[in-house]
Amino acid sequence: MSHTRHFLLGLAALALSVCTANPARAAEPIRIGVAGAHSGDLASYGLPTLQAVRLVVEEINAKGGINGAPVELLVEDDGCKPEIATNSATKLVSGGAKAVIGHICSGATRAALPIYRAAKVLVISPSATTPALTQSGEYPYFFRTIAADNTQAANQVEFALHTLNAGKIAVLHDKGDYGKGLAEYAQSLIEQSGKAQVVLFEGITPGAVDYSAVVQKIKRSGAEAVLFGGYHPEASKLVGQMRQKRLAIPFVSDDGVKDDTFIKVAGKDAEGVYATGPTDVSTNPLTKAYREKFRQAEGTDPGAFFDNAVAAALALTNAIAKAGSADPEAVAYALRTEEVATPFGAIKFDTRGEPVGIGFSIYQVNNGQFVQVR
Amino acid sequence: MEYFFELLFSGLTRGSIYALIALGYTMVYGIIGLINFAHGEMYMIGAFTALIVSSVLTIYGLPLPAILVLTALAAAVWAGAYGFTVERLAYRPLRNAPRLAPLISAIGMSIFLQNYVLLAQTPDFVPFPTLIPEFAFLEPYGGIVGSSDLVILAVSTLVMAALTLLIKYTRIGKAMRATAQDQKMALLVGINVDRIISLTFVVGSALAAIGGLLIASHIGQINFAIGFLAGIKAFTAAVLGGIGSIPGAVLGSFVLGLTEAFATGYVSSDYEDVFAFSLLVLILIFRPAGLLGKAAVEKV
Repeated sequence: MSHTRHFLLGLAALALSVCTANPARAAEPIRIGVAGAHSGDLASYGLPTLQAVRLVVEEINAKGGINGAPVELLVEDDGCKPEIATNSATKLVSGGAKAVIGHICSGATRAALPIYRAAKVLVISPSATTPALTQSGEYPYFFRTIAADNTQAANQVEFALHTLNAGKIAVLHDKGDYGKGLAEYAQSLIEQSGKAQVVLFEGITPGAVDYSAVVQKIKRSGAEAVLFGGYHPEASKLVGQMRQKRLAIPFVSDDGVKDDTFIKVAGKDAEGVYATGPTDVSTNPLTKAYREKFRQAEGTDPGAFFDNAVAAALALTNAIAKAGSADPEAVAYALRTEEVATPFGAIKFDTRGEPVGIGFSIYQVNNGQFVQVR
Repeated sequence: MEYFFELLFSGLTRGSIYALIALGYTMVYGIIGLINFAHGEMYMIGAFTALIVSSVLTIYGLPLPAILVLTALAAAVWAGAYGFTVERLAYRPLRNAPRLAPLISAIGMSIFLQNYVLLAQTPDFVPFPTLIPEFAFLEPYGGIVGSSDLVILAVSTLVMAALTLLIKYTRIGKAMRATAQDQKMALLVGINVDRIISLTFVVGSALAAIGGLLIASHIGQINFAIGFLAGIKAFTAAVLGGIGSIPGAVLGSFVLGLTEAFATGYVSSDYEDVFAFSLLVLILIFRPAGLLGKAAVEKV
């Protein structure tokens, strides 16, 4: 009985697959998932990336798809919430996604990755910067088109040691995941270099009414530069109080500070402050072309991570084309070996999945504007 | 030794900032026994009002001291009006309800006001102009203490003295004390209890607004959420000093501010809150009513 049933079922399945596969062979679409925050308070991070992927895919489909197969997008909104991201991932996997562009937030990405790993789905994130995602080695099919947080710390330390020639450095952070992570990484890099010492390593309380005690402590430590990991509200208070207490040493911070609000709020105290931020690529012709397309479609300037998402979509589709299939092993190999032209210039990926060719630069506030210094 | 004085002034600055807010907390509690969680929001609204008024006055080109005084007045009046309205809408209907009801209502009011300012103004930080002028005589000590530190310290001491005088020696103060002791009895002897309570809220909110102005000028930035953390710290300071006691609020604030500054200076700013709240726990174990609070005898 059970044998017959299995046999019949198998036969039926076979018939079904023959039925569906045959006529569809010419145009079996390649399904690519897009996951990120498309609603809620972090939608401003997710929506530009969705638009970017759509623009690239429309273009590819207009040219006849990848090796003749059209690209179909499966869009999932995870609201940047880890608990929703696991659902989104499950939906994308069961919907037949061969690869996923996303997720947007590091926390959501981390939550979703085990599901993709189990399903052998390749993931390429335009914006998740937590170092462990690639550097833990747990996710061989994870790539990103943004530099990891610790790249920033490496840039800052390099700059403080070799350009500012600081021998004593105070490292401060806001006790948050992002700021503290950066600060700890910077601390270990400074200590490894042997060229300078960390004379002070402290967390400050975000939102506190006064930072003068910690400023006095920096002064006493004899630091020749301050590295701060955190966001602009604390940075502007800290710089303001440093200048108030006649402490004129350089202040180097991160892309949480490289924000025009920082300059607006800190005013004249912002002058001369250094901050790392993504390298300016606005003169690259590819960048200009995609930003212009976005403007025509939406009527506004593209938001955060737009360029990164364009790069992710271009890299992924190029790799699928070069690999000749959407098999994750082959695509991953192509991503690592084939250079592709993106808004950041020609990029490829290293063995861990980090982009080679996308990085951070140091900016300095000069007359109320961030100017790239190197 | 210089380092000690630098930390001392940091602590005094923090302490006097807390004191400006804690005074209003403690006053409202002293009169009607309500912890007004929306008090931090009065501080925030005062700061926003001050920002708007001072920007307008700057356009008209008034001298800095005139701007400071007029802005302080405007912020105090406007926040006072908010305090009056909040009391009318959120607390008066609950006057005879169980104690928990107005407390929840106060928390609701705090959330409402924060979100109102978020929507009506901006979710971003906005710069606040320096309204307190630099004093030339402080120049040699600039690395230790600034003019805004001194002004905040002076204002909080003055306000404490004025409030104490108001409550001890005026007719209104007498009515306030009577209301605090027994509302029904106060009504019987002809005190308009509702008006006294309204007045308490207006004065408390006006004080918070002046605090908002001075502190925002010291820090240089404001947003809709600044009232929350400042309010929590000021509340802690008021409890530390003995909630309901005016000098207690100031003493508690200085103890809290100095503890935080010295903890930062000699240990680590990672642990400033740990030290501050450990101190609170210790004091409440040995003096449950706070440093200057009187142990209340429950009326039967």
